[in-house]
Amino acid sequence: MFSTFRLSHLLACLALAAPLMASANPILDGYKAETKGTFSAAAGEKIYHTVGPKQLACASCHTDSPKNVGKHAKTNKTIDPMAPSVNAKRFTDAANVEKWFKRNCNDALGRACTTQEKGDFMTYVLSVK
Amino acid sequence: MKLIKPLLLVALTSLSLAACARYNGEDRGKPVMPSQTNAKWAAECSGCHMAYPPGLLPAASWKKVMSGLDKHFGTDASLSAVDNKEITDYLVKYESNRWTSSAAPLRITDGEWFKHKHMSGEISAAVWKRPSVKSPANCGACHSGAEKGVFDEHNIHIPKPDEPEPNK
Repeated sequence: MFSTFRLSHLLACLALAAPLMASANPILDGYKAETKGTFSAAAGEKIYHTVGPKQLACASCHTDSPKNVGKHAKTNKTIDPMAPSVNAKRFTDAANVEKWFKRNCNDALGRACTTQEKGDFMTYVLSVK
Repeated sequence: MKLIKPLLLVALTSLSLAACARYNGEDRGKPVMPSQTNAKWAAECSGCHMAYPPGLLPAASWKKVMSGLDKHFGTDASLSAVDNKEITDYLVKYESNRWTSSAAPLRITDGEWFKHKHMSGEISAAVWKRPSVKSPANCGACHSGAEKGVFDEHNIHIPKPDEPEPNK
C-alpha cells in the first residue's frame, strides 16, 4: 500500500514537472531575473521579422521559421536551425547566446537589443515546435 | 678566395630569393594550412564562412582583420577579447611564409597571387555570379578541398550554370 502510494505520488510529480521542465531555460531565466517582468512570444516573433536599416531581418538568414535550416545572406553558409525543438544545441551556452545577440541585433536592427527584447525573442523561438 | 665564397653565396641567395618573390611579393604561404589547426579559429570563423587558412595572408593583414571584427565586411563578427587574442595569435603565427611585400590587404581576393590565379582571364566573369558560387570568397564552390587547405588543380570543380548550390 505504502509503495503504491509512493509510486503514484512520484508519477503525479513527474506529470506536473515535465511541462515546466520543457519550457525552462536557464539563459531565459537569467534575463527574466534581470527584467523582473514577463516575456511575450508575440513580441519576439515581431522582432524576428523586423527589417532593419541594412534591409536585413533575422528571417533573412534564418528563414521565415527558426525551425528551418537557414543560409547566410552574404556567404551562402548553411545555418543550423535555431529552434531548440529541432536543434537541442541552441540556447544552451549563455556566452554564445550573448555573442550572437550582440552581433545580430547590430546587423539586423542596427543597435543593441534590450534584455526585454532578448527575452521576448527567446520566448518566441522556444515556443516554435 | 676565403672572402669571395661567402659573398658569392649571399649574392646567389638574394638573386634566387628575388626570383622567387612572385606576385610582387604578395604570395600565399606554403603550406597554406599548418598541420596543427586551432579549434577556436575553426569554430569561430566557420560560424559565418569557411575558416580561411592562415597562410592566405600576411600577419599584418590578419591583425587588421582581427582588430576590426565589429565591422567585418559589413557584418558585426565581434569576439570576446580572449577568443580574439587566441585566434589572432594563431593566424599571425602561421601567416604566409612567402609574403615579402609590405602590402597588407584586408581581403584575400585582393592579394596579387589570388588575382593572378583567378582574374587573368581563365575564369569568366559569369562564373563568379553563378548562384552556386556567389562570391570569390566562397572558395569551396570550386575547390572541394578548401576547408582542409587543399587548393591544388586536381581538386577544382567549377559548377555548371544550372548546378544547385552544394550543401555545406
